[in-house]
Amino acid sequence: MTNDILIFAEQRNDKLHPAALQLVTPARALAAKTGGRVVACVIGQALSAAADAMAQAGVDRVVTMSDPALANYSALRYRTALAAVMEKVQPRVTLLPATFMGRDLAPRVAARLKAALATDVVDLTIDADGALDVGRPVYNGKALCRVRFPKDRPALASVRPNTFPAPQPGGNTAARDSLPYTPAPGDERIEVQEIARTGGAIKDVTEADIIVSGGRALKSEENFKILFELAEVLDAAVGASRAACDAGYQPHSRQVGLTGKTVTPRLYIACGISGAIQHLAGMRGSKVIVAINSDKEAPIFKLADYGIVGDLFKVVPAITAEVRRLKG
Amino acid sequence: MKILIIVRQVPDSTTNIKIQSGGQDIERAGVKMVVNPFDEFAIEQAVQLKEKRSDVSGVTALIVGPAAAAEALRTALAVGADDGIHVQVDSYNALDELQTAALIAAVVRAGGYDLILTGKQEIDLDSGQLGPALAELLDVPHVGATVKLEVAADGKSLVARRRIEGAEEVVRVHLPVLLTCDKGLCEMRYPSLPNLMKAKKKPVKVVTPAEVPGFGDLMAGVGGTKMHSFQPPPERPPGKIIPGEPEEAARELVRLLREEAKVI
Repeated sequence: MTNDILIFAEQRNDKLHPAALQLVTPARALAAKTGGRVVACVIGQALSAAADAMAQAGVDRVVTMSDPALANYSALRYRTALAAVMEKVQPRVTLLPATFMGRDLAPRVAARLKAALATDVVDLTIDADGALDVGRPVYNGKALCRVRFPKDRPALASVRPNTFPAPQPGGNTAARDSLPYTPAPGDERIEVQEIARTGGAIKDVTEADIIVSGGRALKSEENFKILFELAEVLDAAVGASRAACDAGYQPHSRQVGLTGKTVTPRLYIACGISGAIQHLAGMRGSKVIVAINSDKEAPIFKLADYGIVGDLFKVVPAITAEVRRLKG
Repeated sequence: MKILIIVRQVPDSTTNIKIQSGGQDIERAGVKMVVNPFDEFAIEQAVQLKEKRSDVSGVTALIVGPAAAAEALRTALAVGADDGIHVQVDSYNALDELQTAALIAAVVRAGGYDLILTGKQEIDLDSGQLGPALAELLDVPHVGATVKLEVAADGKSLVARRRIEGAEEVVRVHLPVLLTCDKGLCEMRYPSLPNLMKAKKKPVKVVTPAEVPGFGDLMAGVGGTKMHSFQPPPERPPGKIIPGEPEEAARELVRLLREEAKVI
């Protein structure tokens, strides 16, 4: 094992996931403590733009593994690929983004390499004994748990998106090398047949910096139109509470909450959402929270940074108009 | 086709979570425990397959946990699982998830299961390691966050839709396979009282770690993270209520989001 920190730089179609760049910040901080280097690996087929973006983000080395068989994510092919990179680089710590891909991949790789893993972490440090020690939210964000890793085995951690800022792009001084993908027996057992975009051109809640979300108070699918209008001017995604999804106003793919998606956007605007624990669990990690609700006692106001007590059918269009006016 | 469901027991999501004064764990006394909501989808999916297909030879539910976890196993049996395996460990936090996966792998490896179903993640520790790690240790493919499932008529392969950012991936895999279940796959039926009574008569095999060959080496061989302290989440500063008529409040909100919070 070296003192290096490895980043799994998630990409799809040669486009880095924003959360991949954000990993450079904690990786640099860890490398400063271990005295190692920061190595990024990019796995896929066409990946020159993604590899360049990583190289300009201040890493010491970029390792690429390019193969037609890696064009789409497959849990089996990618675990073989990442495990091969880890065996070559021998990093002390490997960071992945806690995205759908990172969450799917990290446990397989950790089990394969007899490593240790913590998922969805928001804080990383090396303790006095030289062991990785991380913080992660548990019990729907009602507690923060610190987790210590064993010192003698490789550590993997998936990092919650939007926890760390991405570094400013700088000069391209990273060393480059590539590794071949050698399939493990049985890697072909998963065959991706299709990737079907849901929600058309509208952003998904897990990929948006801003989310406009609606609850049962919207009263109908038709009424969600005012949220989509606000989302459009803010370049935001539209989310919904469980109550709104269960009532059929929006598909479950937009549900934010305990049994829906967990989101950590820069700005979360909750419209007509009372703030049931089930919903708060999915969005309390948002940087700035705005609540618009006619009930001034609604629990969402306890969490909100800014609140407007009023009729969302009047307030939301007024916000849309104001943003539109400022954007000219 | 032999089906295995992995079930977990978690604190009810509406429970008030209190941290012990020393910060080593949460207060467990008086906390209502329920079946992990994502595992409910796995239970229902398994039972539906058994009801629809003649080639399902059995549905086994497995749980790792203390004696009290038997209750969650009973729910799975009441919904329609045929038998249970209770791997009894002293407490919920005794092993980390990779170690739990290694323990389950050792217990079920010889079982010849064709389809293994579990929830996408557990709602208490939210780690989501168990499914993919268990699949790796059993050397079977897995499909994570499954929202739709169609098993081929010959029972040899299946097509699953899984959720990813802004899209759904359609994947075809050969059995044996492990699926982690996400919201949207199905909703678990409510077990009826007669079925709850019948569940008590269904066989449950209790396995203790001492009965698992090489248990110590197995646990020393993977994972080993320790949760050593719990803290309340960082407090958010009190929010600002913006007064005024809708237009006025909206204008002020947009100003604050631009100038104070700098998020738009």
